[in-house]
Amino acid sequence: MDHDIIPRLQRIKHLLQYIGLSVAIIGVWQALFYLGYLNPVLLPPPSQIALTFWDLLKSGDLIRHIGISVLRVLEGFGIAAVLGLGLGIAIGLSRTIDRWTDLVIQVGKPIPPIAWIPLAILWFGIGEQSKVYIIFLGAFFPIIINTIDGIRQTDHKFVEVARILAVPRFKFVRQVVLPGALPAIMTGLRVGLMVAWMCVVAAELIAASSGIGYLIMDARQLSQSDVVLVGMITIGVIGKVMDSLIKLLENRLIRWKVAFSGN
Amino acid sequence: MSATAASNLIVEGLNKSYKVNGGEVIALQGIDLSIREGEFVSIVGSSGCGKSTLLRIIAGLENGYSGEVRIAGRRIAGPGLDRGMVFQEHRLIPWLTVEQNVAFGLNGLENGQRDTIVREHLELVGLAGFAKALPHQLSGGMAQRVAIARSLVNNPQLLLLDEPFGALDALTKIQLQQEILRIWEVERTTMVLVTHDIDEAIFLGDRVVIMSSRPGTVKKIIPVQLPRPRDRSSYDFVQIRKEIYAEFFAEAERPFAYAI
Repeated sequence: MDHDIIPRLQRIKHLLQYIGLSVAIIGVWQALFYLGYLNPVLLPPPSQIALTFWDLLKSGDLIRHIGISVLRVLEGFGIAAVLGLGLGIAIGLSRTIDRWTDLVIQVGKPIPPIAWIPLAILWFGIGEQSKVYIIFLGAFFPIIINTIDGIRQTDHKFVEVARILAVPRFKFVRQVVLPGALPAIMTGLRVGLMVAWMCVVAAELIAASSGIGYLIMDARQLSQSDVVLVGMITIGVIGKVMDSLIKLLENRLIRWKVAFSGN
Repeated sequence: MSATAASNLIVEGLNKSYKVNGGEVIALQGIDLSIREGEFVSIVGSSGCGKSTLLRIIAGLENGYSGEVRIAGRRIAGPGLDRGMVFQEHRLIPWLTVEQNVAFGLNGLENGQRDTIVREHLELVGLAGFAKALPHQLSGGMAQRVAIARSLVNNPQLLLLDEPFGALDALTKIQLQQEILRIWEVERTTMVLVTHDIDEAIFLGDRVVIMSSRPGTVKKIIPVQLPRPRDRSSYDFVQIRKEIYAEFFAEAERPFAYAI
C-alpha cells in the first residue's frame, strides 16, 4: 500500500546511515591501494583481507581460534557475573559490608587486568586458568561497581512509600530495589563483557598457543599483516555482536523504561 | 459527637527546625491541632510554611521534632498502617502494573484475599479496567487515582493528602476533588489535606486551617459549615474565600495600594 512506502524508505535510509561510514572507509582504503599509495606489506587492502579471511575460514583455523577465545571469555565472565552480582547486591544493601569491602574494591579497581598477567602466569602457569583469571578480573569490577551504584540509586520517594505502607524489607528489595537497579546492572554486564573480551585478547597476545590473540601474535612474527587485520576485525565484530545480544536482553527485561534515545 | 471525646488526631505544641548552613531555620512553631474522627480538614498556606512538614511528621516520616502527635490517644513512633498518605507525585513504581502497585502495601494475605482487596479498591477509584496497565500508560489523573487506591488498601483511620492534585490540570483536579469526597463518604476515613489552592481547601474541608510562614504557625482555623456538594460560586462559598484571602494578602497587598 502507498502509505507503507514512506516508512520503508525511512528504514532503508536509516540502514544506509548505519553502514555508510564503514562502507566509505573500506572504499577509500581500497581506492588508496589502487592508486598506489599503500604498501600492501604494511597495510594490505580490504580485498586481500577478505581473501585471507576466506582462507582462514575454510581451513577452520579462524573458527577454532574464535571458539577458544569465546569459551575463555564465557568462563571468566560467568564467574565475574555471579560473584560481581552477588557481592554487589550484598554491598549495595548493607552499609556494614560496604565499609568492610570498599577500600579493597577501590584500590583493586584501577589496577589494569594486564598488570596481573605476570602473577597470573606464576600462579596458574600459561594454561587456561591464568587467562580465565585475567578475564574474571577485567569483568568483575565494572559489574560489581555498577550493581552497587544501581542499588544505591533507589529512589528515596519509593523508600518513603514503602515505609508508609510497612512493606517488608525482602519484598521491597525484590519489587523495588532490584528492578530499579536493573538498568545499571545491565550496563555493568555490558561493560564487563566488553572488558572481558579485550582482556582475552591481551592475555593471549602474551602467553598462549591458541585463541584470536595468539592468531594475531603469531601472524606478527611472520609479518602477515593481512592475518593480523583479519584477527583485529574479527575481535571488533564479535564484540559488537556480544554487545547487541546483551542490549536485546536488556530491552526485553526493561520494557517499562521510556528512555531518551536521541533525536 | 463531642469534639474532644472522639478526637482522633491531636497535635500539641509541635516544633520543628532544620539546620541549614550551620544556622537554624524554624519550620514549625507551637502547632496545636485537634482533628475529630471522620473529619475532613484542609490545611492551606503559602509554599514554605511547613504544611508539608507537618503532614510528614503526622505520617511518621520526619524525626527530630518536639511536642506531641497522638492518634487515638497513642503517641506516634514512625509510620504505621493506621495512616495512609498520598503525595503530590503519584509515586507509583514504574515497573509494576497498576494492580501490583495497589497490592504493594498488602502484606501477609493469601493471594485470593489480596486480589479481592485490590479489585475492590480499583473499582472504588474507577479504574477496574486498568489492572494490567503500567504507570507510564496512565494519565496524571489516573495515576493519582491508583495512588489513592494504594493508600487505602490497609483501611487507614487517617489519610494524609500532600497536595495530591497540585500537579493536575484544572478539569482533572475538579474531578478528583469530587472523587475524594465520594471516597471519604464511603470509607469515612479521617482526611487531612495540605494544599495551596484555597478553593480546593473550602470545597473539601469541614474546617480550613490557615498557616503562616517562617516560622510555620497555625494562624486561624475557619469552619466551613456548607452542605455538600458545595457550589464554588455560591454566596457563602465566596464569603469564606474572601475571609481566607484576607488572611493571606492583608499584608502583601498593602504596598500595591500605595504604589498605585
